[in-house]
Amino acid sequence: MSTNIWVWIAALLTLSVYSFLYKDNPIYRFAEYLFIGTSVGYSIGFLYWNAFIPRIVRPVQAGDYIVLIPTFIGLLFFARFTRKWTWLVRYPIAISLGIGAGISIPLTIQAGIFRQLQATMVGDFTISNIIMVVGVICTLFYFFFSLEQKGVVGGVAKTGIWYIMIAFGAIFGYTVMARIALFVSRVQFLLHDWLGIIK
Amino acid sequence: MKRTFPLVICFGGGIIFIIQFFIPHPVSKAIYDEALNWLIIVSVFAFAIALESLFRVHGTKIKRRKPGWGFSVIPLVACITVGAFGIIQGVREGTVFMKVFHYITVPMSATVFSLLAFYMASAAFRAFRATTTRATVLLIVAFLVMFGRVPIGPFVWKGLPDIIEWIFMYPSMAATRGIALGVGLGIIGTSLKIILGIEKGWLGGGGK
Repeated sequence: MSTNIWVWIAALLTLSVYSFLYKDNPIYRFAEYLFIGTSVGYSIGFLYWNAFIPRIVRPVQAGDYIVLIPTFIGLLFFARFTRKWTWLVRYPIAISLGIGAGISIPLTIQAGIFRQLQATMVGDFTISNIIMVVGVICTLFYFFFSLEQKGVVGGVAKTGIWYIMIAFGAIFGYTVMARIALFVSRVQFLLHDWLGIIK
Repeated sequence: MKRTFPLVICFGGGIIFIIQFFIPHPVSKAIYDEALNWLIIVSVFAFAIALESLFRVHGTKIKRRKPGWGFSVIPLVACITVGAFGIIQGVREGTVFMKVFHYITVPMSATVFSLLAFYMASAAFRAFRATTTRATVLLIVAFLVMFGRVPIGPFVWKGLPDIIEWIFMYPSMAATRGIALGVGLGIIGTSLKIILGIEKGWLGGGGK
């Protein structure tokens, strides 16, 4: 059995979370709330040392005062705590949204559209590749609502549903297996790291 | 000043960074890097607002002695304690901050996700009743993937892993790609709506 206090904490919290399988109970809720608190606390430390210090404090110490502009823009978020100046919060949101949207459009065209199409049309006419191309077209038709889904369009869209069902089945099976793998790793932790029953 | 200027800034920022993508020049790259830096700096303060929201919600619960208010003390104490350890000690390995991460945050995150295995299994039992041919296809594929990914699958039939691989590589990938293309078009559409000021929900309603 482990003598490490941290392993004991991890083991007891693991069991606390699994206690939810019986029913919602105070031990589970304690673990749940602790998880929220420690996760947010981790974000505080992480952001402080990986964003606040290297991107604001150190540049200012080095005489790079340009970072004070985004710092000031960021500080405008706090305007939401006043009634009179609450509208100022729109400025940091406008900058984040505008720049974010501007950056995302060409990147999405490149990675989300062109790369996907490029990978689909490999130019090798094997049965598998034809199944792939047909599947992409049919799936897109299923989500195409500008035309009424009847006749040829309806038929193509219905084929798309078959493909989607296969994909959902595969994704579901894969996700269940991933979750079970996580469960196995937790049981291994309890039996090996904590209790030392298995080697 | 209250509504038009933010819309102009949003439009200007969006257009500049769409154009920037097509200019392969060091200055253009420097502008892009600086913009990313600005976004990260601004997001630090956005996180502070999120933190305030957490403290307000739980603080109100404690103040008004709402049912279960005692539990609200836990996230606040944990957040302050872990955050303080992080700021004071740093985020190096061996600090209390990292121990909390390795022995509380990571195991609990894994446990919560593994908990879903049980609920997914019970949900599947209800949802996977083979009432239609399509649902049956979903059921068969899910079963094949699950069965083929455990040692007994290939033991029963050697060809099973190859079939699963093929399902993932072709029919499943085809649908996933179709959905990804739709999502990509959706992102572009929504981004354009924001840049062009068609989508104004982010302006909120206060201080018109």
